[in-house]
Amino acid sequence: MFNPDDLYILPIDEWIQAAVQWTALHFRPFFTVIKWPVETLLASFEHLLQTIPFPIFVILFSLIAWRLSTRGIAFFCAVSLTFIGFIGVWQEAMTTLALIATAIVLCVIIGIPMGILCARSDRAWNITRPVLDVMQTTPSFVYLVPVVMLFGVGTVPGEVAVIVAALPPLIRFTNLGIRMVNTETVEAGLAFGATSRQLLWEIQLPLATPTILGGLNQTVLTAMVMSVIVAMIGAEGLGLVVLQGLGRLDVGRAAVGGIAIVLLAIMLDRITQSLAKASPGGRRPLTAALLRLVRSERMNLDNSGDLADSRRAAHPGS
Amino acid sequence: MNRIRIERLYKIFGDAPKRAFDMLAAGSGKDAVLATTGHVVALNDVNIEVPAGSIFMIMGLSGSGKSTLARCINRLIEPSAGSILLDGENMLKANDAQLREIRRTRISMVFQHFALLPNRTVLENAEFGLKLRGVPIDVRRNKAREVLSIVGLSAWENKYPSALSGGMRQRVGLARALATDADVLIMDEAFSALDPLIRGEMQDELLRLQRVLQKTILFITHDFQEALKLGNRIAIMSDGAVVQEGTPQEIVAAPQNDYVAAFTRDIDRARVFDATAAMVEEHPLIMDTKGSLEAGGAAAPGRFVINPQGRILGVISEEGARIHVGAPLNGGALSQNFATVSASAKLIEVAGACRGNRPVAVVDDEGKYRGRVDPSQLLACIASQPATAQPKGIHP
Repeated sequence: MFNPDDLYILPIDEWIQAAVQWTALHFRPFFTVIKWPVETLLASFEHLLQTIPFPIFVILFSLIAWRLSTRGIAFFCAVSLTFIGFIGVWQEAMTTLALIATAIVLCVIIGIPMGILCARSDRAWNITRPVLDVMQTTPSFVYLVPVVMLFGVGTVPGEVAVIVAALPPLIRFTNLGIRMVNTETVEAGLAFGATSRQLLWEIQLPLATPTILGGLNQTVLTAMVMSVIVAMIGAEGLGLVVLQGLGRLDVGRAAVGGIAIVLLAIMLDRITQSLAKASPGGRRPLTAALLRLVRSERMNLDNSGDLADSRRAAHPGS
Repeated sequence: MNRIRIERLYKIFGDAPKRAFDMLAAGSGKDAVLATTGHVVALNDVNIEVPAGSIFMIMGLSGSGKSTLARCINRLIEPSAGSILLDGENMLKANDAQLREIRRTRISMVFQHFALLPNRTVLENAEFGLKLRGVPIDVRRNKAREVLSIVGLSAWENKYPSALSGGMRQRVGLARALATDADVLIMDEAFSALDPLIRGEMQDELLRLQRVLQKTILFITHDFQEALKLGNRIAIMSDGAVVQEGTPQEIVAAPQNDYVAAFTRDIDRARVFDATAAMVEEHPLIMDTKGSLEAGGAAAPGRFVINPQGRILGVISEEGARIHVGAPLNGGALSQNFATVSASAKLIEVAGACRGNRPVAVVDDEGKYRGRVDPSQLLACIASQPATAQPKGIHP
């Protein structure tokens, strides 16, 4: 008699079932509209990545890694990608990469404007923050429930779950980055007559860029983790390799998937981290990285000589 | 002419300042208002007039409201009540667009921690205000180069602020403020973050620039020495109110309360007071065109003799003391053993001119006689105890 089940059971499962069914039925067009850009973008990325021949992709990816970060990371990428290619999971790895790439693009499109809005309006932030808290404390596994209910199973619903999971850090970091911009610098903008748009573009966004890129790094890693988990709702990619391996008690196969996931995660983490690192000379990191991408010669990283010059010129008499 | 005139300015931080106002009107102090209403009175009935082309120092310790006052002038902080007249127009009546226009063209600002943009070069920082205003790139580049050469940073235009020393960064801050050609410059503790040597250099630099540029500068500082060195006038703030306002000399000569006196006590008066403080307005003897003395008292030894245009001809010698008024002076009656100091010379320079019993005359900018230095008055001025009689030339 002390078992609560004997006393009463709140039929919450039935209520939720009914609510979700009702929502899925009456809001179908809405969910189709949400699904469309995700599906299109994902399909394009997938097509692109699967079309590029393996050796050419390894070379291209390593070159980009070299321009964005360091030679060491580029070398690591080349070796890892080749290794992934030769352990038999190349196509799956490309699918996972397509999932992540789609998530990055959509998170940037949604997350950065939302972060800006939150930074500029306390009310927007007060509404958004509890939502983000819930999103980030919910175990990623639990995300799958509403996604399956509303979007069904497969790679595209999986991508929706990836985006939802990966979005919060970018919103948070964008908001934080803008709010953390030195008060005096913001005052300087206002004191010289900046409009609120000028303040955003001339001062707040450039100075918040390192923080925003730090958020991007978090987003990429969350997307990576989530892209594996969504295998459980039928998304393809490296996660499926692991899941199938586990299902068949094929430890070897599961480990192959696991190794490829770890290598991919390290590559993405290193590259996005070096994006966020402030570059010498004070140029904003994103611009510097993009410049490095197009310039033929490496930027001169050694600024110590300049500093010594400046000291001398500051005190010509001494 | 007053460029800025601040009348009955109040700033009260809190969401319902009405009650705080009522309490202030009823004569309550800042602490009582805070205790009862939880509102902070940052500015309490501030009245200031800033003449065009002068350096006006706002001096106070931290928490005295000086930075709030500076930010109220260009409305980075919105005042609660009162008026700020810029060339006669009330700033507080300006709408957003007008306010932006004023900030872009008429008031600029220099910040304590420079507030430069680290992702832009020195040149890009200097042209920042013009860029916000939408000035075409070649025009604003030229202007930025011009102001950078004024502050002596031409060679550094392509460097980033991180490569510059503190003093140089503040020069960039100054260049950025000068580039907009605004007449009013608000300098918020502009030199406080610099080390003492560089601070002194920058102060001299500002005085040098000011002689040429003739801007109206509102300079916020917590350093009384700095206020004395730079200021044409000083307003001393405490608890959000101006407790005394005047020229450096007026404030040091007659501090109005203990708070001000605490600042002035250890001040080297010899470097603050000018020659007029140690001057007695003794009437000189005037020599007419025929070479004889006009009326003006006895020809005592040491008295100055001037021509009708006011130029000093010499002093009466021992031998000349026997000559009567109206009689012509012969060659030996006038001695050239005297010194002159400018009326604006500080007492430290005046003291250097006093030697033995040699008379010292104070002359104005045109070289005309104004009075003579009285050594005992000079010593009384330098000593921190005021002389029994108020020195002439000081009207507290």
